[in-house]
Amino acid sequence: MGGILVYVLHYEGALNKNSLGAVSEAAKLAGELGTTADAIVVGGADLTPELLGTLGDYGASKVYKVEGPEGLAQPVIDAMDKVIGENGHSYVIFGGGLLGFEIGAGLAARRQAGVTMEVTGVVVEGGKLVAERPILGDSQISRSHYQGDLGIIIGRINAFEVKGGQGGAAEIVDTAVEFSPWSTQASMVQRGEQRGADVNIEDANVLVAGGRGLGKAEGFQLCEDLAGVLGGAVAATRAVVDAGWYPYAAQIGQTGKSVAPKLYLAAGISGAIQHKVGMQASENIVAINKDANAPIFEFSDLGIVGDLNKILPKLTEAVKAKKGG
Amino acid sequence: MKICVLVKEVPDAAVEKRIDPSTGRMDRSGEKNLNPYDTHAIEAAMQLKEGGALQIDEVVAVTMGPETAVRALHKAVSLGADRSLHLSDDALAGSDVAATGYALAKALEKEQPDIVLLGQQSDDGECYTIGAVVADHLRAPSLTQVIKLDVVDGGLRCERQAEYGYDTVQVGLPAVISVGDAINEPRYPSLKAIMGAKKKPLEKAAAGDVGIDTSLVGADGSRVQCGEFKAPPAKSAGTIIEDEDTDATVEQIVAWLDERKLI
Ligand SMILES: Cc1cc2nc3c(=O)[nH]c(=O)nc-3n(C[C@H](O)[C@H](O)[C@H](O)COP(=O)(O)OP(=O)(O)OC[C@H]3O[C@@H](n4cnc5c(N)ncnc54)[C@H](O)[C@@H]3O)c2cc1C
Repeated sequence: MGGILVYVLHYEGALNKNSLGAVSEAAKLAGELGTTADAIVVGGADLTPELLGTLGDYGASKVYKVEGPEGLAQPVIDAMDKVIGENGHSYVIFGGGLLGFEIGAGLAARRQAGVTMEVTGVVVEGGKLVAERPILGDSQISRSHYQGDLGIIIGRINAFEVKGGQGGAAEIVDTAVEFSPWSTQASMVQRGEQRGADVNIEDANVLVAGGRGLGKAEGFQLCEDLAGVLGGAVAATRAVVDAGWYPYAAQIGQTGKSVAPKLYLAAGISGAIQHKVGMQASENIVAINKDANAPIFEFSDLGIVGDLNKILPKLTEAVKAKKGG
Repeated sequence: MKICVLVKEVPDAAVEKRIDPSTGRMDRSGEKNLNPYDTHAIEAAMQLKEGGALQIDEVVAVTMGPETAVRALHKAVSLGADRSLHLSDDALAGSDVAATGYALAKALEKEQPDIVLLGQQSDDGECYTIGAVVADHLRAPSLTQVIKLDVVDGGLRCERQAEYGYDTVQVGLPAVISVGDAINEPRYPSLKAIMGAKKKPLEKAAAGDVGIDTSLVGADGSRVQCGEFKAPPAKSAGTIIEDEDTDATVEQIVAWLDERKLI
């Protein structure tokens, strides 16, 4: 049995939380399998020995450090391919997001491995890992068994708990990788954030979230009015952020923020899995959607089938009246 | 130059999806349609062709799937593709993501495209990684979820959202790009295009025709065996209100929020 290798993503000198969750999970599983969990990072000078050493705290034994471009999948595929080829890892785990999906799938192609995405649980059975993944709009869970030398597991964001306090500093192994010609055919021109104002939504107790159902950028005024009277902030889906209706900093989901407010009120949001993963931990979920079959009703505590343009203004008035009275 | 667009036939969104208990695979019978996300890839191809910054001679729709998948190709052609290629073979049935990507890559090797475009995800399989698999086999640079695509310096300047916000990446050709649904507003096919779709060249290929090693595809060639379906932990169903009288609805919402001390 080879070890488990985890790709750790980083940005501006900070390690990704979902990657740390994946390291913690790998360490736990490695313990059960009687092997070790290692990490691999690809990047530049902000990957200091101090920063990488902290991965030991989450249970990583070795950290393979590769110098290379950041934010692109294919150089990481080259790096992981080399490390696995030389060290015989049996499994690879990613914490999810976007790059993890691209790297994991590309690595499966490179090494003829099995790959499962959107994994929410991993268990040890008969000395092997079995990955569990929800399918069909989360209505069922499918279990993946791996064949061959390598199994690749791409987690859903927030699926793996971050657990520190597991060990001392990890051993850092500097690894030189020659990148494939096609990997160097993509280059980062600009990386990260942009698009709009700096809003803080992570500390809000109440979030009023808007989606494509708002119809246009100005539709967000309805959300802002309601958030105002509820003492909360406004959040958004990727669809409306991509469309330029609302700032990226307010986006919830797989490639946005994860939140767990006391109240999450979703207006004109269909409830796609990639949105759900960022807000399903909210204490109370209220959804307003005109389509009775919208997936969001499957996981909301209170669902209102109706037109947000009629409901939101009256709701704002009613909450205001309630508070005043 | 040539653009290949990968398309897929998926169950109509209105049809309830289920697993066939006898095979453990997705029940893909019933009403089918072109994966709606793929229409954005076809539109992106058309805009590159019409934009003229690259000399695009041909847009080819490529699919892998059973007999019925020709309908997805007809739809793709009605949206502007010049011809199509249908990879179909019993040996391919039950292929997982990695095996499917390998098979598609083999079909693409025959076409030698300069650009491969595909949609952000398939509406049924809930997977958005096939582009990355195809790209590694083709040894081409690749990016997924691209929502802005411009021709710059003979390559593609792509914008997409990843986990820390918007990235802009310059990609040299040939390249494999999956596009997000925000990239464009797909056009509707004209009646003439719909009628003419069946007359455009459609080539069929079996696994052997494109050099697929059948030990690497199908259920047996796949490295992941899925099955043993189980129900997720039950979540108590929420309350549903149908809004008929908005004043009454709002009153109910306020009471509900108030009960939970959320106001
Ligand atoms: C790799 C990847 C990562 C992604 N990451 C994210 C992410 O981080 N966050 C995210 O949110 N999404 C993400 N997505 C996109 C996600 O899959 C969905 O496309 C997106 O969440 C849909 O946004 P929406 O609900 O606003 O729009 P839609 O899905 O278009 O839904 C709009 C809803 O509004 C309703 N509606 C319309 N008019 C009205 C009205 N007048 N009154 C009431 N209801 C109305 C409609 O019935 C519909 O249900 C990602 C996708 C991929 C592939």
